[in-house]
Order: sequence, then C-alpha cells, then structure tokens
Amino acid sequence: MKKVIHSKKDTELLGRKLGELSFKGMCITLNGDLGAGKTTLTKSIGKGMGIDKTISSPTFTILKIYKGNIPLYHIDAYRMEGIDQDLGFEEILQGEGVCVIEWGEFIKDILPEERLDISIYIQKDEERIFDINAYGERYESLLEKLL
Amino acid sequence: MSKILAIESSCDETAAAVIEDEHIVLANVVATQIDVHKEYGGVIPEIASRIHIENISMVINECLKKANLKMEDIDAVAFTQGPGLIGSLHVGVQAAKTLAWAFKKPLVPVHHIAGHIYANRLVSELHFPLLALVVSGGHTELIYMKDEWSFEVLGTTQDDAIGEAFDKVGRVLGLPYPGGVYIDKLSKQGKNIYKLPKPKPEKELDFSFSGLKSGVLQFIKRMERQNETFKPEDLACSFQETAISCLLERADKALASLKVKQFVLAGGVAANSCLREHVTNDLQKKYPNVECLIPPLSCCTDNAAMIGVAGSVAYRHGVRAGFDVSADPGMDLES
Repeated sequence: MKKVIHSKKDTELLGRKLGELSFKGMCITLNGDLGAGKTTLTKSIGKGMGIDKTISSPTFTILKIYKGNIPLYHIDAYRMEGIDQDLGFEEILQGEGVCVIEWGEFIKDILPEERLDISIYIQKDEERIFDINAYGERYESLLEKLL
Repeated sequence: MSKILAIESSCDETAAAVIEDEHIVLANVVATQIDVHKEYGGVIPEIASRIHIENISMVINECLKKANLKMEDIDAVAFTQGPGLIGSLHVGVQAAKTLAWAFKKPLVPVHHIAGHIYANRLVSELHFPLLALVVSGGHTELIYMKDEWSFEVLGTTQDDAIGEAFDKVGRVLGLPYPGGVYIDKLSKQGKNIYKLPKPKPEKELDFSFSGLKSGVLQFIKRMERQNETFKPEDLACSFQETAISCLLERADKALASLKVKQFVLAGGVAANSCLREHVTNDLQKKYPNVECLIPPLSCCTDNAAMIGVAGSVAYRHGVRAGFDVSADPGMDLES
C-alpha cells in the first residue's frame, strides 16, 4: 500500500511507532531513492525501541549493532550491490533482535520470506511516498496497527 | 625501543605492520584490491570474514618478512578492537590473540580512531593538548586530547559520515569511485554558486551531512522538473565548499574555546584539497599559535601502521587486554 508523508516529522512519527511495535526476529527492508530518509526512519525506529545512542549511517561498516530492550541490527547493503559474499547475516536475521536493512534489494537472496518492505520515494521538498508491503501474518497485522 | 606488531581488519582491509620506537615503520602490508573496486564502478568491499581469513596469515607473514623480524623479536601485539564490522574485526582479534598466546606477548587493544589520529606521529611529533578532526568514509569526529592517550569526543556525525556523503553525491553526478576524489577534481573547474542546505544538529559541535546530500538530489530533481540545466562542476564545487565549511566552522568554534598546541587532520577525507587549503589559509592564519598538521595521503587511509603507532603509545601507557578480549563493533573512544 502507498502512503504520502508530508514532512520529516511525519517520517519520524511513523518510525517511532514502528519501533514501539517491534518484536524479536522482526525484519524491515528499506529501499527507494538515495537521500529519501532511510537512515532518518531507522533513527526513529531506534527511538521507539528505547535506544538512546546516536544511530548513524552504517554504509561504511555495513552493520551497526545497538543495545536496547532487544538489540537493533542496522544493516546497509548499499556497498553490497552486485557482489555475493557470505557475511553470516542469516544468524542475525533469525536472531533475537530487530533487523532494519537499508538497500535490502541488494541482498534479497538471504532475506527471510516474512518481512516488511518499505520503499521511500522523494517528492517535492520534504514530501515522500512510502510504499509499504507486508509479507506474512505477523507483518500484515503490524501494518494494520501502524496505519 | 619497542617493536610492535599491529593487525587491522575493521572493515575492508586486512593489514599488518611492524612499528619500531613508536614512529618508525619497519613494514606495512595491506591486502587491498582497489583495482577491483574501480572495475565495478562502486566499492566492492572485502568484508566477508572468509576473505579476511584467507588474507590474514599471508599478510602477517609478509609483514614480518619485510621487517626482517621473527615473532620472538616483537614486544607486543596491537590490534583494532573496534569500531567496525563484527565479522571482519573478529578475524584480526583472533589472529592477534593466537600470536600473543603462542609467543607469550602482551596484547594491546586499539580504537580505530585513535589509530587515525596517531598516524600523524609518523610525520611529526604530537604536542598536547591537541584538537583532531577525523574525517573518512565511516567517521566524522572532532576529538580533544588533553594529554597523550586521553580522548574526549567533542562532536560526531548524527547521520552520514562526510566521506560517505562525497561518495554518494559523486555517484549521483555520475562520477567514478571513489566519488570524493573526483568531486575534488571536478570542483576545481567549477564555482560555488548554488546555495545548498547546511543542517544544524542540536549540539553545536556535532555534524550532519544527510540533509546536504538530500539537498543536492533535490536540486537536481528541481532542475529536471523545470527543464533547466546546470553545470555539474558548479554543483560539485558548491557541494564541496558547503560540506567542508561545516567541518571548518566546528573546528573554528572548538579552537576558539580550547587552548591547544596542535590541530591535526586525520582519515581519508584529509586528502581533500579544499579542506587542506582552508585549514592552511583560514584556520592557520586565524590561530597562528596553533600548529596545523596536515598529514600526507599515505597516513590518511586505513592501514595497520597507524594502529601500530597508537598501539606503541598504548603499550607504553600500560594498556593491555586479556585472552578473553573480544571484538567490540560499537567501541567507544572515551573510557
């Protein structure tokens, strides 16, 4: 489903809610335009999960781990485009925390079937189109609660 | 005269070095494949633990051979404990622990950023207190060192690292990898004529580059929508000047309030010519009593020599790790 978001504040509200609704083993992928707000959304998901530490872009190190009530695994597959390397992410994806994967499309072979896919597209100024798709019952009910 | 073997595997590079007397490089080996990166037009990271494992023994062997030393000649083994990618870090940590255990050598844990700062020791004495600006693909930090081996993080990026912003804007402008180098080149032909956003984080010494990166994208989209053209060299120049001015403003603020003897640049983005010029022409002139150190490129990129220098200082200060030490991907510099 598609949702129009009008400001950075709205993106943050959505992220915070998503963080509050998070559960062990949750997987969210973020795709769409460069600079659309994937890291911004992840920062507020972290806030919703009770994480105080600054969440910054994981592009360079690929994975950053934050300790909250449950851990947040913030992955950025931007640098993984077109390469096939076993990074041992399967363990994390089936683990005890929440996985947020920016540019998940670049590692789609290892993504779990059940997950929430969010694609963000830049419109004018701070306006964004969020294309959100839920796969699996848990994520379908999550999406209902979210919107 | 200490001889320190240093191992670095925090992300893309598997590297080892031997440092003598805290600043003499006896050997410095990096298993890098930058040519492969170029071929694909993007970074092909060698981040899989498997690749580090394939490289590490070879790199350490080669390093000792070049230094013409045996493990018995080494005083301590230093290693990057963090921050970095957990799987990559583990390989270096494990190699360091194994060597230290087998040859009964002390283990010295090093923070990656401490390594970047101490890389300057390869070209100059360091005088404290000093202010360091660490700028790279993964880091943007302003650090105050009151004394040797004391670190206070004054500011850090709240979103993208500056090098990452350069690489991503470079990609949008259709420039080859690494984007930072080509933006720097292209900027020389352009003018700083476009006003781009300069996000201000809550704390005045923190950094933010995500909004600037988005600002460049918005600019291009707006031009497309309005059927207008723009000169990529002007946009590159405007972006670079804006990004670098964010660094300089924070450094200026910190220098105005702190009494330091030196201001040192560190990390890969320290190679940027615009940053170097402004440090020399503006900061150095405004603060004539502060010595501004601008390291040569060879000291800026990720390598094990910098871990060796920092490790040598840490070794002298009695910093040690036990055999139960583990990689710390989110390691804090202050502690």
